[in-house]
Amino acid sequence: MTAPILRVDELTVSIGRHDIVRGVSFAVEAGGTLGIVGESGSGKSMTVLAATGLIDAPGRRVGGSSLLAGADGTPIQLVDAPPKRLRSVHGDRVGFVFQDPSTSLNPLLTIGRQIAEPLEVHRRMTRRQAAARAVELLEAVGIPNPADRVDAYPHQLSGGQRQRAMIAIALACDPALLVADEPTTALDVTTQAQIIELVRALQHNRGTAVVWISHDLGVIGQVADEVTVLRAGRAVEQRPILDVYERPHDAYTKELLAARPRVVAGAGPTPVAGAEPLLEVRQLDVRFSISTPTGRRQIHAVDDVSFTVRRGTTTAIVGESGSGKSTVANVLTRLVEPRSGSATLGGRDVLHGPRADRRRIAMVFQDPFASLDPRRTVGDTVEEPLRVHGLAGDSTGRRARVEELLGLVDLDPGLRTRYPHELSGGQRQRVSIARALALEPELVILDEATASLDVSIQKRVLALLRRLQERSGLTFLFIAHDLAIVQEMSHDVVVMQHGRVVESAPAPELFADPREDYTRRLLEAVPPELPRAARAEW
Amino acid sequence: MTQTTPAAEPAALTGAPAQQRLPAWRLLAANPLTLASAIVLAVIVLLALLGPFISPYGINEIDVSRQLQPPSAAHWFGTDDLGRDILSRVLHAIGISLLIAVCAVTFAFLVGVAFGTVAGYAGGIVDMVISRVTDVLFAFPVLLLALAIVAIFQPGLVTTVVAIGIVYTPIFARIARGSALSVRSSPFVQVSQTMGTPARTILLRHVLPNITGPLIVQTSLSLAFAILSEAALSFLGLGIQPPTPSLGGMLFAAQGFLAQAWWMSVFPGVTILVTALAFNLIGDGLRDVLDPRQRSLIEARRSR
Repeated sequence: MTAPILRVDELTVSIGRHDIVRGVSFAVEAGGTLGIVGESGSGKSMTVLAATGLIDAPGRRVGGSSLLAGADGTPIQLVDAPPKRLRSVHGDRVGFVFQDPSTSLNPLLTIGRQIAEPLEVHRRMTRRQAAARAVELLEAVGIPNPADRVDAYPHQLSGGQRQRAMIAIALACDPALLVADEPTTALDVTTQAQIIELVRALQHNRGTAVVWISHDLGVIGQVADEVTVLRAGRAVEQRPILDVYERPHDAYTKELLAARPRVVAGAGPTPVAGAEPLLEVRQLDVRFSISTPTGRRQIHAVDDVSFTVRRGTTTAIVGESGSGKSTVANVLTRLVEPRSGSATLGGRDVLHGPRADRRRIAMVFQDPFASLDPRRTVGDTVEEPLRVHGLAGDSTGRRARVEELLGLVDLDPGLRTRYPHELSGGQRQRVSIARALALEPELVILDEATASLDVSIQKRVLALLRRLQERSGLTFLFIAHDLAIVQEMSHDVVVMQHGRVVESAPAPELFADPREDYTRRLLEAVPPELPRAARAEW
Repeated sequence: MTQTTPAAEPAALTGAPAQQRLPAWRLLAANPLTLASAIVLAVIVLLALLGPFISPYGINEIDVSRQLQPPSAAHWFGTDDLGRDILSRVLHAIGISLLIAVCAVTFAFLVGVAFGTVAGYAGGIVDMVISRVTDVLFAFPVLLLALAIVAIFQPGLVTTVVAIGIVYTPIFARIARGSALSVRSSPFVQVSQTMGTPARTILLRHVLPNITGPLIVQTSLSLAFAILSEAALSFLGLGIQPPTPSLGGMLFAAQGFLAQAWWMSVFPGVTILVTALAFNLIGDGLRDVLDPRQRSLIEARRSR
């Protein structure tokens, strides 16, 4: 057994009067991967930031110890280390990859310059040497044409490529430890699968120790050897990944295991036979013209898209970002004007018509933080559609209806007087759903409605939606990029790529026998049911 | 400050029972400079209101036998060339200055915010027309435009208010437009649009409340500048007309006696300085508390 690269003992973090991390210990060896799992607020990011000396919150107190193996083997204490020591370690011995690749790269510097920076600082390389190394690194992280892309700016890369570039920066100095904080959460599932592969390959070649933070135990299962499950700043379970998957001890671990999105044969809602068509979209075509420095350009966002949604069922539109799936939703809610095509709801045109008609389609947006007005109470928010469309009578009638709606989405009616910032992400999304239901719509569009929630909360919100459908016969148009949750929700699936419909079929058929390559790729990208370690043994 | 502040850390983040963000006024009071300027301002407003009742002499009580007296027990701020008590005149002038500043800024606020939010929310041709007009108004030097307006109409209290108000309108319009522009594209406004909420309702219920932060800051800063503008106009003889006392007018009168009677210029000058400074400091304090960027910086650090 080699000495661990990072050894953390009884780490505590408190900010003000709140204890964020309450005594967490772990160790990572060279070539090993530690997965840290927990929902938002469990202190998983704080733990790792404190352990690496990156924590930067006013009024924090960090206790315990965190020893990083130095280049010559002598351990370096990182808790309460002076800034100079931390600077010499960060980027050199420890590399970081954060969640959002679009904000963690400097938009004004080329990718090459940003990779070269740690090399020039820590390795005293000349500009030319560093630039040459940057090309090698880009090649290593699998960016095509690295010699050209090295001069690209972050905005010229796709999300997945940006994350690859981040990994190239993190690995520039051949660090002993790579810290990856939710590195795939902001990415599509297909890209997520590629990034996981990439990190594993690089780790294999270089013997880097990896600490991987995620809220999704399914992802952790793909990368980690050891798992630490954090809850409220404490490690509730700390064991090898196989043990955790096969014999979870803690109730919370079991919950996380059950919540991870996966594709299971035969799962999904009970089929509804002979449901009449409700929404019919025919030959929809949307183009945006955008101005670029090189002149105006047309983007063909939606190209000849037709599909049908049957009453009382869920139809999913699946695709990666940029596939045009959200644009379809925006056309149906009339936020975007289509160039041509038609859409009818129960035989009546939805693309034109009086304002009162707009309550027939309601929409729930992705971001539970941004889709509620921060200055309106929950009650106010849910009441707005009632007020706009003159539903539920006078103010007492509206109030009763608001409380009824909150009850319907399993929220305490007492939350009526609260403001959005006092609620958790899951609660906010429930408020959004209640607001959509207030319209008594014929169709509810769920645009990635659970994509920014933790998997455990996502599970509960999806269950709520299914129950609402069964009870009140709602019709959903479910827009998502993750096939696992699509399977759980949908009766029919429409797969979109580059603005076109690639495949469209009833869900059981599509999952059992995908016809198109693209659909198969999406399916393969979902983390499989068993952790990688288990399959390696077979 | 009664407004709630957006996007606090969710309680779940700290794993502790619902932790409410401190209300904005508590943060304000925690800043000693802001607290001090608030107290100073309160005193100034009180003096302005009570001015006519507590001033020891009449504002135009001429006593040539006591002209150009230095500060003394009888005349705290001394007397001017006509033997008028400067303290009494300053007390009266504060009230007029504040009145003009408040009226002018209210005018600028109402007109500017109305045009600005409509421009920002509507976009397109409406936005272009309003923005270009704003740009043209901006291109004029502030005082020059005010001078032109006063020159066209009769100088006096109402004209001064209108002149300063018009000059400050584009500032509010631009700020309101910029903020409305960013609120317009936020998902909660889109949700409202998909429900078919009329634009008027969205503007009043969602856009306006969410742009109050920068507007409040701008209001307090503009009050400071409006007081300076009024003093400048009166100094040039285009604002308040003598014999009604005004701070700028008193400075102008003191110009001829700078060597003999320092008190004639110093006391009105210090009054302008203190009032403008107090408004400015309160504006700065408000900005620190309300500026979303400063806030998100702090929040980003906390949520890491």
